[in-house]
Amino acid sequence: MSAVEHRFGPYGGQYVPETLIPALVELEAAWVAAREDAGYRAELDALLNDYVGRPSPLYLASRLSEEAGHAVYLKREDLNHTGAHKINNALGQTLLAKRMGKTRIIAETGAGSHGVATATACALLGLECIVYMGTEDMRRQQPNVLRMELLGARVAPVDAGSRTLKEAVSATIRDWVSNVSDTHYVIGSCVGPAPFPALVRDLQRVIGDEARAQILEKTGRLPDRVIACVGGGSNAIGTFTGFVEDASVQLIGAEAAGEGIESGRHGAPLTVGGRGGVLHGSFSAIMQDEDGQILEAHSISAGLDYPGTGPEHAYLRDTGRAHYAGVTDGEALAAFKRLAELEGIIPALESAHAVAWVLAAGRETATEDTVDLICLSGRGDKDLAEALDKLGLTHE
Amino acid sequence: MSDGATRIAAAFSDSGRRAALMPYLMAGFPDIDTSVRIATAYADAGADLLELGVPFSDPLADGPVIHAAATRALESGATVHSVLEAGTRIAEQIPVVLMVYVNPILARGPERFAAELAQRGISGLIVPDLPLEESEPILAACDAHGVALVPLVAPTTPDDRMATIGRTARGFVYTVSVTGTTGERTSNQSDPATLLARVKDHSTVPVALGFGISNGAQAKAAADAGADGVIVGSRLVRAVAEAVDQGADPASAAGSVVAELADALVR
Ligand SMILES: Cc1ncc(COP(=O)(O)O)c(C=O)c1O
Repeated sequence: MSAVEHRFGPYGGQYVPETLIPALVELEAAWVAAREDAGYRAELDALLNDYVGRPSPLYLASRLSEEAGHAVYLKREDLNHTGAHKINNALGQTLLAKRMGKTRIIAETGAGSHGVATATACALLGLECIVYMGTEDMRRQQPNVLRMELLGARVAPVDAGSRTLKEAVSATIRDWVSNVSDTHYVIGSCVGPAPFPALVRDLQRVIGDEARAQILEKTGRLPDRVIACVGGGSNAIGTFTGFVEDASVQLIGAEAAGEGIESGRHGAPLTVGGRGGVLHGSFSAIMQDEDGQILEAHSISAGLDYPGTGPEHAYLRDTGRAHYAGVTDGEALAAFKRLAELEGIIPALESAHAVAWVLAAGRETATEDTVDLICLSGRGDKDLAEALDKLGLTHE
Repeated sequence: MSDGATRIAAAFSDSGRRAALMPYLMAGFPDIDTSVRIATAYADAGADLLELGVPFSDPLADGPVIHAAATRALESGATVHSVLEAGTRIAEQIPVVLMVYVNPILARGPERFAAELAQRGISGLIVPDLPLEESEPILAACDAHGVALVPLVAPTTPDDRMATIGRTARGFVYTVSVTGTTGERTSNQSDPATLLARVKDHSTVPVALGFGISNGAQAKAAADAGADGVIVGSRLVRAVAEAVDQGADPASAAGSVVAELADALVR
């Protein structure tokens, strides 16, 4: 029985208040037991198939391919129940919490995708659910706030700092410190103290495992490049893990360059480089000043508006196994619109960053034989109002 | 014993009260010079040691009062450098234990950070997001420079773990009285006597109780329950914030709360 990784090279760890350490120990033991338990696996797999609709299709996007000048496949996580990859992790963790006897679930959300996924899982399993969300994100992602409430969750507004994802995570950790005995924190990405980064990766790797089998079946070969957007990094790590052993496959993470890397208003700690630091319980690539104060991120997409990233990504970057690049707000918006026009698919603004990379930097380095596989992590319903407004497409 | 640990030990043994009184101060709130004046008021009102908080952008172990003060301190321009400079001035009056989250330490490097504390006469270091698992490099740097790295224990800490923490404790053990973040509480959730007895079983240094203590009665109850020291934070930060907002003198406002706490701990 292999242990759960606490460190990825120098990254990771458990930088949390003492109060939480026993809960992390308990969680790790529960995960080690559950992932080897046929009963847990069967229950999760049945839900992933019959409730979420897995496997999600791998789709050859012909008109997008034509525009890009090479083949582009989309892994359709946008077709999952609740509209994003987040449900894979939320179901896995809530089932685990139930096995552990926890009755109260807390979660943070940025875009609302993870909040909706967790609220959905809690409705299904009959668990109390509280979702912390920055008030700026409640404004940007209003439809998801209403969904969560309809699903029976309580949305707790967070008014501190930039009123976005970083503050929502901090507020959720504070709740957990206060209610740790009956509460499980369903963290929404491969961030946080160990065992969360490994646990979330294990639950999201279904994306990459399916995609690898699907592309081999369809084309008889592996893709040249696998591309995913990176906020905390969970859809990316889930996709990459399926291909990480295949040395010929390039792994590309698209981070939010926001208003441009030079502007400082971005959410691209991996692209920028710089020294590592501790945010939300793990040592990883983060945005910080000289004093180690955490900087505020900026992205048009709430799910990428985060100054940290998962520790495994920092390690994949340092070892050269994966590459990370920034995509600006403007490029993401253009790709959002273009995918709708070309394919009839409205992507989440987060996922549009990955599409935008393929249409810009990725196109320049491709030949006509290149095969790209994009994780389309979610759909864009939640973003309609914000994106149409920014695109100047609203009606009077 | 290191210089820092010696000064801390003396502060506990010479306090003359039922428990040593250790008020918390958010450095740089409302500004650096005022926080040094508040420290003087604490010392004059009978504090035995002072816990000097470095404002941090993302204080995970803190409740809303200390979080808000940290935000205001950073907005008014506090830096790690200006806080440490203030620490030098305060340490001339009263033993200082610095409370700082781990990332500012890592940003300078543990070695440079510990060396600077020693050079500035700061006796100890409390890092609320540095559990045993991650403490080794910082403990080594503190030991090398004679700064006491004070560990925290919580009601959720099991006995075997408490024993390990007790073995690496320097200065004192910071016992978190409640399962939660910093903040005033009307009643003690758990029974501090049982918790304190567990900690003392595993520790050779003094044991201080903090989180949720805000008035004389609670301070006295902590001493009754066996605490060697009492730490008061949010109540004092609130006194400073209220005085600032009302245009009153924060040093005398916070000083009179410390005096009340000191009275409650008279033998
Ligand atoms: C659709 C979608 N994709 C991506 C993300 C970013 O998260 P991660 O990097 O963990 O996949 C989010 C976050 O909310 C999201 O909603």
